[in-house]
Amino acid sequence: MRFPNFFFYFRKSEGQDRIFQFFMGTVALISIIFLTLLLLYELIKGSMPSIQHFGYDFIFSTAWNPVKDEFGALPFIFGTFVSSLLALLIGVPICLGIAVYVTEIAPPKISAFISPLIELLAAIPSVIIGLWGIFVFAPFVRDYISHFLIKYLGFLPLFEGPGYGLSMLTAGMVLAIMIIPIVSSISREALLAVPVLQKEAALALGATRFEAMIQVILPYARGAIFGAVILGLGRAIGETMAVTMVIGNRPQISSSILHPGYTMAAVIANEFTEATANIYLASLIEIGLILFVISVIVNAIARFITWKYLRIQEN
Amino acid sequence: MNNKMQILNLTAGFGDTKVLKNVTMDIPENKVVTIIGPSGCGKSTFVRCLDRLHEVIRGAWIKGKVLLDDSDIYMDDPIELRRRVGMVFQMPNPFPKSIYDNVAFGPKLNGIRNKKSLDKIVEESLKKAALWNGVNDRLKKNALSLSGGQQQRLCIARALAVEPEVILMDEPTSSLDPVASAKIEDLILDLKKRYTVVIVTHNMQQAARIGDFTAFFLLGKLIEYGETAQIFENPKDKKTEDYITGRFG
Ligand SMILES: Nc1ncnc2c1ncn2[C@@H]1O[C@H](COP(=O)(O)OP(=O)(O)OP(=O)(O)O)[C@@H](O)[C@H]1O
Ligand SMILES: [Mg+2]
Repeated sequence: MRFPNFFFYFRKSEGQDRIFQFFMGTVALISIIFLTLLLLYELIKGSMPSIQHFGYDFIFSTAWNPVKDEFGALPFIFGTFVSSLLALLIGVPICLGIAVYVTEIAPPKISAFISPLIELLAAIPSVIIGLWGIFVFAPFVRDYISHFLIKYLGFLPLFEGPGYGLSMLTAGMVLAIMIIPIVSSISREALLAVPVLQKEAALALGATRFEAMIQVILPYARGAIFGAVILGLGRAIGETMAVTMVIGNRPQISSSILHPGYTMAAVIANEFTEATANIYLASLIEIGLILFVISVIVNAIARFITWKYLRIQEN
Repeated sequence: MNNKMQILNLTAGFGDTKVLKNVTMDIPENKVVTIIGPSGCGKSTFVRCLDRLHEVIRGAWIKGKVLLDDSDIYMDDPIELRRRVGMVFQMPNPFPKSIYDNVAFGPKLNGIRNKKSLDKIVEESLKKAALWNGVNDRLKKNALSLSGGQQQRLCIARALAVEPEVILMDEPTSSLDPVASAKIEDLILDLKKRYTVVIVTHNMQQAARIGDFTAFFLLGKLIEYGETAQIFENPKDKKTEDYITGRFG
């Protein structure tokens, strides 16, 4: 009989497919876990002298004095978080604006043109964005923005003068630009995944397009958008080149975002070649270890959230 | 008999395709008008033109006139119009919010903030939609936890909460089982005491049961329109007869 034969053959091949898929999946998973563990092992091994010498104090110490062999990671952890948070504060509203504009407001021809353009931003080497930050953003922040902030809000520690061009704020602005491609494109996807019927239900009840967006579409997509924001955070935390060019590279903790700072990624990139002393090198590697752990956690959370919500919306 | 709505030479479509061709008909007040016709003949497009939801689709266009209480709806504000003309969709589409917030959504848009008034509107709307007894003890629960039939009645309650004058329904029972459908049918018969109802249906028996008037559409044209009994027992047009006797469709 032909049919059962065919059927059997079909099932067999499907079974083989499944085994093949399982095999390849396992290989991929094992190699990823292996690579991660290897990296982790190397980082821990490299930072051992510093871990043994400073212990937990390393994370909470603000000292950074290569001459006296005193090292602490706090200014860098602080700088990484503040610059990343500034990036989110500045970048996320822009990304949401872009996503809403592209999905709801712009004529189809214009959105078809804008979306790839924004994704192209991601292709610009970060050193170029850094250069642009130095020559365009930094003077602009120094001459206009910080002027304005100090004049009207200078009484707040957050905007205390004097204003520098190379500062946390400049770094935050440069980072904001760098997170736009990923955050806006995933937010756009999240908005597109909202069923048309949800929007029409709101409109049919007499909502304006704006009310439908604010009260129905955005809340429906908020999970995936939140994931996109965390993904942007991960991107900002790990960014090195552009930040080190505009943040001022001073290992200090200042309440004012108009002052310079330093980030974990930046200090590693800048000082690795000069770190001749054993403990200096180990301290830098330990900062790398902290950075690695934080970014893996942030990115894992972000991927999980976006995956979960976009999948739910598709069903 | 008063005409709540009048449709005059309505032609509508998407881009280059014409979906509705020169439709003219009256919708009498406090009656149930059923729209029947084969798939793709433009029934959904027709009802969506009556509350200007057609125009929110990109590339959609419309010609002709639609009057509500003798004034041209395409001259007035669509937001205001949609509060007077409610819509219930084919698939139940509650918001992923609580049952309470679903029903209170429209009234809140209208600026009603007072908790007591909202409570009252929610209760009354749910009662009108014959859902109150099932859900009154769990108004704060997510609406998606309801069954399909309950969700559809919630959508009806949500539409009623803004106190519309006309209710449009696009195949409101096609995704429901017979028991849930029967409940919605009873509800529709009850609603016509206070509202004017236009309902699209694929189901001929349903049209015969609940309609006072029935319109038969074919390829975007209104072929025949009259009292439901006459359409089903004594159709004037050969095509109508073929359709209701199941010879095509
Ligand atoms: N968004 C759209 N863009 C382009 N054409 C559309 C769109 N929506 C519907 N159409 C076309 O318009 C015609 C009428 O569609 P409509 O949904 O009004 O039919 P219907 O009578 O409600 O059908 P059904 O019984 O299947 O719901 C169909 O040929 C359909 O392909
Ligand atoms: Mg339809």
